[in-house]
Amino acid sequence: MIAHALVFYLLSSITILSSIMVISSKNTVHSVFLLILAFVNVSCLFIMIGAEFIGMILLIVYVGAVAVLFLFVVMMLEGNFVKVKQGFLQYIPFGFFIAAVIFFELIIIIGSWQYKPEFIKTAKIAYNVKETNTEQIGKLIYTDFFLPFQLSGIILLVAMIGAILLTFRRRDNLKRQDILKQTSREREDSIELVDAESNKGVKVND
Amino acid sequence: MFLEYLNIVLYDLLKITALLVPVLIAVTMIIWLDRRVWGAVQLRKGPNVVGPFGLLQTVADALKYIFKEVIIPIHANKVIFIIAPIVTMSLALIAWAVIPFSETLVLANINVGILYIFAVSSLGVYGIIMAGWASNSKYPFLGALRSAAQMVSYEVSIGFIIINVLLCAGSLNLVDIVLAQKNIWYAIPLFPMFVIFFISALAETSRPPFDLPEAEAELVAGYQTEYSGMMYALFWLGEYANILLLCGLGSVLFLGGWLSPIDIYPFNAIPSPLWLIFKILFLFILFALVKAIVPRYRYDQLMRLGWKVFLPFSLFWVVLTAAFLYFFNLLPK
Repeated sequence: MIAHALVFYLLSSITILSSIMVISSKNTVHSVFLLILAFVNVSCLFIMIGAEFIGMILLIVYVGAVAVLFLFVVMMLEGNFVKVKQGFLQYIPFGFFIAAVIFFELIIIIGSWQYKPEFIKTAKIAYNVKETNTEQIGKLIYTDFFLPFQLSGIILLVAMIGAILLTFRRRDNLKRQDILKQTSREREDSIELVDAESNKGVKVND
Repeated sequence: MFLEYLNIVLYDLLKITALLVPVLIAVTMIIWLDRRVWGAVQLRKGPNVVGPFGLLQTVADALKYIFKEVIIPIHANKVIFIIAPIVTMSLALIAWAVIPFSETLVLANINVGILYIFAVSSLGVYGIIMAGWASNSKYPFLGALRSAAQMVSYEVSIGFIIINVLLCAGSLNLVDIVLAQKNIWYAIPLFPMFVIFFISALAETSRPPFDLPEAEAELVAGYQTEYSGMMYALFWLGEYANILLLCGLGSVLFLGGWLSPIDIYPFNAIPSPLWLIFKILFLFILFALVKAIVPRYRYDQLMRLGWKVFLPFSLFWVVLTAAFLYFFNLLPK
């Protein structure tokens, strides 16, 4: 138990420290790397409480895909730190507002923790030690929460198509290659043997 | 109390060493094998001087790298520059923890083994991005951007291929996945997926014909340009450790892992780890042959192949597999 607690405190303190450093670091690329460190530690914490599926999905989705895109954008935009800092005072009230909202939400959630035993009683699927939590999550989202799950999937799909459509522009004056066309070319329609007359040459059409 | 913990930790460390030392030796051997196959295809001899058949060539190369000076560019971001090769190498090695060598011979038999491997291999891109950015130089940066896009794209299709296998096996545990292939290896019913997995694995490990991050004609050596000495050697060994890992994953998912092809006497007498090693070697020789035979892809062709061909096809195959299993009542219980 002691080892368990020690590992927990190690992971959670790294999480908190790296999250603080995300917002205090001067270099934005360092911030993103620290954010990744925080994600990895949070996923370790998930695994520690036995939620290995969520931990792994956090790693795959957030660290493996989302943070890579973050890093892409931040690396490309580098160099404008001074300009970013200028708006700092201006945005403080708004930042405080958001912080306050999140704080109250946290209080509500932690406050409702005392109803946890009742909540577990009303849960539709009983906690079953024999099943892995992947199976339990699967059973839950494909039975009781089927509609919300599919709806959120469709919303994400629509958002993705919207984002592609917004950035898509078709340029007509480009020479495009059609791989099927290239590979299906035959000798007959690409090579022609011509006897060239001296001093006159051959007329090439096109 | 304390001694008990110490005992557990030491025992686990021993098990980890017993896994990692053979893996590292195997990495040096397959680098030699790769060069020999490459040489054979081009009617050369390949490395044949150091040690018997040149087997110790890689060891000699690694020793040479250790004694070379490590040069860090002045404008490089030193911390990230040094961390990058370490990240590449350690990520390539930690994934081996869940690869099963037999029904009991596995370091960590966890329930989400396949997700673990997928997560670790999706982190592999960070070593390259960090190297490219921290070098503070044009070629490494361009190489890093290319490889990031490439690896993220091919991960998507690898994900769908894995879903196919999971649908058939009904478990995320690698041991269960192998045991589910007792009757038939998934390479046979899911043959198109096996081919796509093989090609995606080539792209995922930046092997030729998809070695665009280090296309020497355009980008010098890509993200490795500024690296020298031991740090370069770490990238080099890490790359091959990754290739070996994906060969291992391919044999676990499609070629029945440690199982022998037919369950009759002379075959099932061979110890099961050996079967896995044979299968990994088979896949690796295919990797090496592809490197020798196929010319490099162009970047836009690579992206087209990933997003417009492999992604829709593997998605379609997921639907097909699921429908087939559902209507013929073959879904694993």
